Amino acid sequence: MHVGALAGETDFEGWRQSARAFRLAGVPPERAAFRVGAGGDGLFDESLPPPSPDAAPFTVPKAFVDLAQEVILHRSEDRFDLMYRLLWRLEAEPDLMKIVTDADVADALERTKNVSRASHKMKAFVRFRQIEEDTGERWIAWFEPAHRVVEKTAPFFARRFSTMHWSILTPDGSAFWDAETLTFGPPATRDMAPTEDEIEEFWKTYYASTFNPARLKTKTMQGEMPRRYWKNLPEASLIPELVAQSTVRTEAMVAAPAPEPNARLAKTLSRMNRDQSFEKGFVPSTLQELDQAVQACRRCPLWRDATQGVCGEGPKKARLMIVGEQPGDQEDLAGHPFVGPAGKVLDVALDEAGIDRDDVFVTNAVKHFKHEPRGKRRIHKTPAVSEVSACRWWLDAERRLVKPKLIVTLGATAALGVLGRKVAVTQERGHGIDLADGAKALLTVHPSYLLRIPEAAAKAAERERFTLDLKRAKTLL
Amino acid sequence: MAQIDLRRKLSILADAAKYDASCASSGTSKRDSLGGKGVGSTEGMGICHAYTPDGRCVSLLKILLTNFCIYDCAYCINRASSNVPRARFSVDEVVELTLNFYKRNYIEGLFLSSGIIRSGDYTMEQLVLVAKKLRTEHDFRGYIHLKLIPEADPKLVEEAGLYADRLSANIELPRDEALKRLAPQKDVGVIKKAMGQVRLAVEAAKPEKRDRIKPPKFAPAGQSTQLIVGADGAPDTEIMDRSASLYGGYGLRRVYYSAFSPIPDSSSALPLAKPPLMREHRLYQADWLMRFYGFSAPEIGEAATDGMLDLAIDPKLAWALNRREQFPVDVNTAPREMLLRVPGLGVKSVDRIVSVRRWRTLRLEDIARLCRGIDKVRPFITTLDWTPGGLTDAADLRARIAPDPAPVQMSLF
Repeated sequence: MHVGALAGETDFEGWRQSARAFRLAGVPPERAAFRVGAGGDGLFDESLPPPSPDAAPFTVPKAFVDLAQEVILHRSEDRFDLMYRLLWRLEAEPDLMKIVTDADVADALERTKNVSRASHKMKAFVRFRQIEEDTGERWIAWFEPAHRVVEKTAPFFARRFSTMHWSILTPDGSAFWDAETLTFGPPATRDMAPTEDEIEEFWKTYYASTFNPARLKTKTMQGEMPRRYWKNLPEASLIPELVAQSTVRTEAMVAAPAPEPNARLAKTLSRMNRDQSFEKGFVPSTLQELDQAVQACRRCPLWRDATQGVCGEGPKKARLMIVGEQPGDQEDLAGHPFVGPAGKVLDVALDEAGIDRDDVFVTNAVKHFKHEPRGKRRIHKTPAVSEVSACRWWLDAERRLVKPKLIVTLGATAALGVLGRKVAVTQERGHGIDLADGAKALLTVHPSYLLRIPEAAAKAAERERFTLDLKRAKTLL
Repeated sequence: MAQIDLRRKLSILADAAKYDASCASSGTSKRDSLGGKGVGSTEGMGICHAYTPDGRCVSLLKILLTNFCIYDCAYCINRASSNVPRARFSVDEVVELTLNFYKRNYIEGLFLSSGIIRSGDYTMEQLVLVAKKLRTEHDFRGYIHLKLIPEADPKLVEEAGLYADRLSANIELPRDEALKRLAPQKDVGVIKKAMGQVRLAVEAAKPEKRDRIKPPKFAPAGQSTQLIVGADGAPDTEIMDRSASLYGGYGLRRVYYSAFSPIPDSSSALPLAKPPLMREHRLYQADWLMRFYGFSAPEIGEAATDGMLDLAIDPKLAWALNRREQFPVDVNTAPREMLLRVPGLGVKSVDRIVSVRRWRTLRLEDIARLCRGIDKVRPFITTLDWTPGGLTDAADLRARIAPDPAPVQMSLF
């Protein structure tokens, strides 16, 4: 048996040197051992076997070194052997580290998981207590980590509490931060740490108050906050009592008779003056009223998943009204029509046609955004005829109030909303159609259609036709 | 009003805040206090500093600025008509308490909400003031979650986003009709508008590649909301549809589900019973399936009975039992999306399978090492040395995997 001597429980460099020598000498895992503290005074160099004559220098994957540096922090006695066994096997199986289903690799991964969990729990469960010294305030914690993670985890506390002078004392060793440098010291004992801190009473008050006795789940609590940590957590002393009282408290709440409402309420309610909602028989007499009323519209179910109703915008007495299909994703959030990609296309075309957008009243046939959730996005859906019909009530109201001379409809839905019948836009496109209220309608495509044409030449041609329609609209004004 | 001592206030205002399930402190921008004047860091992963016996974690100091409220929402402990004791923190008290707790490593930061006092604007202003003081006067770099008061001025929401990591507005009741009945002064339209505003602001703050000067950060941990389960009679399928719509519409990081829990001095308009914790758990599982496993709400709903998810088995298993023609799946060749649909295989297990199968053809024992329990997985997969044969289609498969009798769904209405 060959024995590699290590200077400490987490002496990775010592283990690396011995393990390297063992593998070069061809020492198989069953004949290699590692001991902490054995030798250590020059003896161990001699105990290392000489490399065998045909040994070639070797390298190991970085994944192995990273893994071994974590595994060594595990408290298990046989961790050095596991690490050496992996090192040994890497010679014949260079891809071993990628085989996470291999028993040894899985074992090592499991241990790194334990170590990283111990480190995470240290970040969570260290509790500083404050003391005043002549040189200022000091923050001291006593902590017992599940694995040897003090040095691994201390930099986290340095980053987080960079302006505080703190010490974390543990049975494995201690960490100190003086607001500039991180240093490590020997193992400590509990009596070296302060025993109280006045803020702890506030913390315990908070802990007890934030607990909901109606939902007792002690197993979940213990899974996440294992008992081994309780003795150093000030709040944990409350747990038995909180658990014991919870049933009584819940039953009392359930059994209590319905209380008399607080007398303050009547006064409060009278102060409340919420917006009036849309009611039957209501006819909006201004655009502003219409905008408020549409928010309460329940004529069709589209309001449910939309953010808000989006009404038209523009001059009160515009001569030209442009009607689109419905608000899109952006319009729905912003509450304004034609602010998304299609709006940009429309702006450009209007400009080219010599129409000032500020002179136009722009609106939609349907006031709420119809869509389907698809993961983190919303996919546009064409409104059904029933929804367009339901929403005509609002569009008609806008037409009554604005009294435009000409209405340009964009796409089939808009034409349906304005004309009240299904239309093939391509057939009736580009010329004035008389409407019952004396205005004219001119049909054209929706700008979002232009956005969807993939081929550049076709796209440019269609854009030109669209602009041409708008130019024609200008002559009808 | 007589001055009540700070501990009593803390007790009242923590008790008043605890029905909000959100506790996340993760997913914000990475930062630390090195080179700063104060304390605080956020490094991606959230940290739960303690757990209470209800199994919930304590990550943030979750309190209300005040529990005085002019609204009368039946499900809320702080509603105007409730007789609970009332208290109010000053802005400085909250700032001090947060720093004192943070420096002792009790918390990751602050989650501040409030009852509505005077007006939405005034209340929001006070919340923003706390965050502003922590950030600018104390250079606090820990996590801050602020509750949005939906009817507050958009300018205040904008300011809140500059100091807070996360903003949230709670929808609370999955059914809008119920919100109207139980929370007459709340307006779901106003809440959605506020969430829409937050999404636009978050997107505007994402720097484009060509931006030389980055726009100021806005709520880097995004926004979330909460739905109360079991107070308004909405079935699970309706709740899942609601969530899907919220995730898609407002880019929410999380929807929290909170089993309606009896509260002290509770209103007669609501059911008084033990909270439906298992139902809440199943909804969270369904939520995970939608966010990480590629399931849509209607797909999960396929296996529901009268719109309710099976309480005895998890929703993925329920879906798979219902769609056996999709199985068994060959773990050595199946695409990742299909592996994600195998009961008992989580995202991590699937990713490990996909990476290791490039090097080795997998056997059943390999899969067993990669997942928590092979019994649930076995009927749905084939491996080099295993095929389930008739097991996949066995009539008693459900009983074999989940032998416990189904608990009776608690009825609240």
